[in-house]
Amino acid sequence: MATTVVPPHAAFFGAKKEIGARSSFSPSISAHRCRKHSLNKVLAVMAPAQPSRAPATTGSVKHGMTMTEKILAKSSDKSKLEPGENIWVNIDVLMTHDVCGPGTIGIFKKEFGKNAKVWDREKIVIIPDHYIFTSDERANRNVDIIRDFALEQNIKYFYDIKDLSNFKVNPDYKGVCHIALAQEGHCRPGEVLLGTDSHTCNAGAFGQFATGIGNTDAGFVMGTGKLLLKVPPTMRFVLDGEMPHYLLAKDLILQIIGEITVAGATYKSMEFVGSTVESLNMEERMTLCNMVVEAGGKNGVVPPDETTFKYLEGKTSVNYEPVYSDESAKFISEYRFDVSKLEPVVAKPHSPDNRALARECKDVKIDRVYIGSCTGGKTEDFMAAAKVFLASGKKVKVPTFLVPATQKVWIDLYSLPVPGSGGKTCSQIFEEAGCDTPASPSCGACLGGPRDTYARMNEPMVCVSTTNRNFPGRMGHKEGQIYLASPYTAAASALTGYVTDPREFL
Amino acid sequence: MATTLSSIQAPVSTICASSQRPHCPTGTQSLLFVSKPSNYTIFAKTSYSFKPSKIRPITAPRATPSSSPPTTFHGQCYVLGDNIDTDQIIPAEHLTLVPSKPDEYKKLGSFAFSGLPTSLYPIPFIQPGTDSTQYPIIIAGANFGCGSSREHAPVALGAAGVRAVVAESYARIFFRNSVATGEVYPIELEHEGVNKQCTTGDIVTVDLERNVFINHTKGKEFVLKPIGDAGPVIDAGGIFAYARKTGMISSVV
Repeated sequence: MATTVVPPHAAFFGAKKEIGARSSFSPSISAHRCRKHSLNKVLAVMAPAQPSRAPATTGSVKHGMTMTEKILAKSSDKSKLEPGENIWVNIDVLMTHDVCGPGTIGIFKKEFGKNAKVWDREKIVIIPDHYIFTSDERANRNVDIIRDFALEQNIKYFYDIKDLSNFKVNPDYKGVCHIALAQEGHCRPGEVLLGTDSHTCNAGAFGQFATGIGNTDAGFVMGTGKLLLKVPPTMRFVLDGEMPHYLLAKDLILQIIGEITVAGATYKSMEFVGSTVESLNMEERMTLCNMVVEAGGKNGVVPPDETTFKYLEGKTSVNYEPVYSDESAKFISEYRFDVSKLEPVVAKPHSPDNRALARECKDVKIDRVYIGSCTGGKTEDFMAAAKVFLASGKKVKVPTFLVPATQKVWIDLYSLPVPGSGGKTCSQIFEEAGCDTPASPSCGACLGGPRDTYARMNEPMVCVSTTNRNFPGRMGHKEGQIYLASPYTAAASALTGYVTDPREFL
Repeated sequence: MATTLSSIQAPVSTICASSQRPHCPTGTQSLLFVSKPSNYTIFAKTSYSFKPSKIRPITAPRATPSSSPPTTFHGQCYVLGDNIDTDQIIPAEHLTLVPSKPDEYKKLGSFAFSGLPTSLYPIPFIQPGTDSTQYPIIIAGANFGCGSSREHAPVALGAAGVRAVVAESYARIFFRNSVATGEVYPIELEHEGVNKQCTTGDIVTVDLERNVFINHTKGKEFVLKPIGDAGPVIDAGGIFAYARKTGMISSVV
């Protein structure tokens, strides 16, 4: 298959712009000013951004590639490439769900013909997860549309649901796409995964290039198995120090987003390294990479290691080849964090970069707590919440909604013992604490959804949530106020009825 | 049989950040920078004769295969701040509408910007009872379109009648989706703070040939960054149409 690739772009990213290191998509001036004020109060736990060394001006300089560059080079059959290049990339996995699937399928059929066949029936994963447990007719119809397509194309991986009244009787149904991709072994080091959802970057935790695309791009991939992508430069985040017992990966990523703002990583890759990252389990690494898009990032990566390989054992039979950044790789900027000095944080309404210390928000009265989504509804997230409820022994003061991301997570809640509880399961601890019964696994109210979605915010109220975005109207009502937080902070807040630092209990 | 890519060549830097577009003429458009102050004053003088109050928006027709692509857009503008995310552009509850179905495409348009908080934006983008907007041009601040990868966002804007968004900067997925679908022109301003100098309802012109944004009501002009290689893709009607028009993929039945 002969493809001609355009020569590297004239405005080559590396040479001109790395001094100062900020993206040309600079954050809004007012946000920047506010941040300057708050920076004066925060402990200096972070070294200032280091611009990478400028390349020699004479001739070409031999330097290595970052993880992201290497993965893209491998997938485009190139031995070398530079940030800024547009390249045709071979896609290993394309994911779509019930919200964007029908539109993608419509484009695929319109552009390639109504009798066209997808490029590879084993490389497309179709996962209904967004608007499932609803009586909204169009939502239900959309699941039918993707089912019809999956049958017509003989798609190997279609995690179907037919009986909406009881998710447990649907053996194929998984739930939230990003967690299902991980649990079903579709995420593998060194590969390229695209999905019609912004949080596809979640899979970067496995050391692969994973990013979100729209219906049109996905339709193109469906037919050809390739996409034209621009190589992003990489920002490096070095997280060192022992993780305090009251912090979770959610605190780390909220800290980072608060630092660089919602446009700080636009068109860039975010690489997470350091001893703290190495100490995180896969689900925590996923939380870290999940919110890369909230900083504007194109993708996030964590170097694969024994933790990764162990997680993948028994999940996939496809061979994979991990890649790692070269010693001499060029990064557009580097940020260092001493994690041992960090404190639990929240993102206040109405932006994921509106960072504040949880303890400084203790006077904020809340109306409810939501624990769920790809960001904060995994087994480890519920275990963390259970730990706080267990330590307290008291009941929650506000309605506390629990939405497991997938069937597997739901099962874990009802079967795995919580350490230090004398054999109790998460579900028992949640019941004793007065939380709502864990709901049917799906994206739920993270993004509002149809009016009858469980835990949707239909009136203006204040909610502490383990989800990923808190822009106006995100969970339903335009005047709703959402505080993004870790599962520890969310559980602590449920117990007091106010935004609460989990150290009150842990 | 999946379509093979044997005849596909990479379009020239179609999906790219504006900062990386070369500031040099492309083959299809000559891009002139308005750099001399005297040009600005000449423009401003002639525009004062406009009476902005009750003018119906007149915009260049959407490009059809036989017509040449538009180089100017003209009409009333709707002004927004920074970080307008996809949930504000099209609230998630409307995502059950499938953009590739014509009647649902139109319905999506009727919900464009229905997620904006009314306390900050009291003027509705779409008049109640109607399904399209009287504001073909959006003026915005930084990081427009942040949030979700949902293509419903640029589609809703296009379906509502928006022709161009003029913003300080864009979130990448929104920018890319705008170009790939050809629904709206995502144009960048050279300088910050332009949205603060505009008011919803101002009569404006976006001139892609001279790379100038003119606010007739306020009597001001602002420099635009050239749309560069993304322009021909949008002109053609999106990435598939562009690929066919330029012979990069063969037309499929």
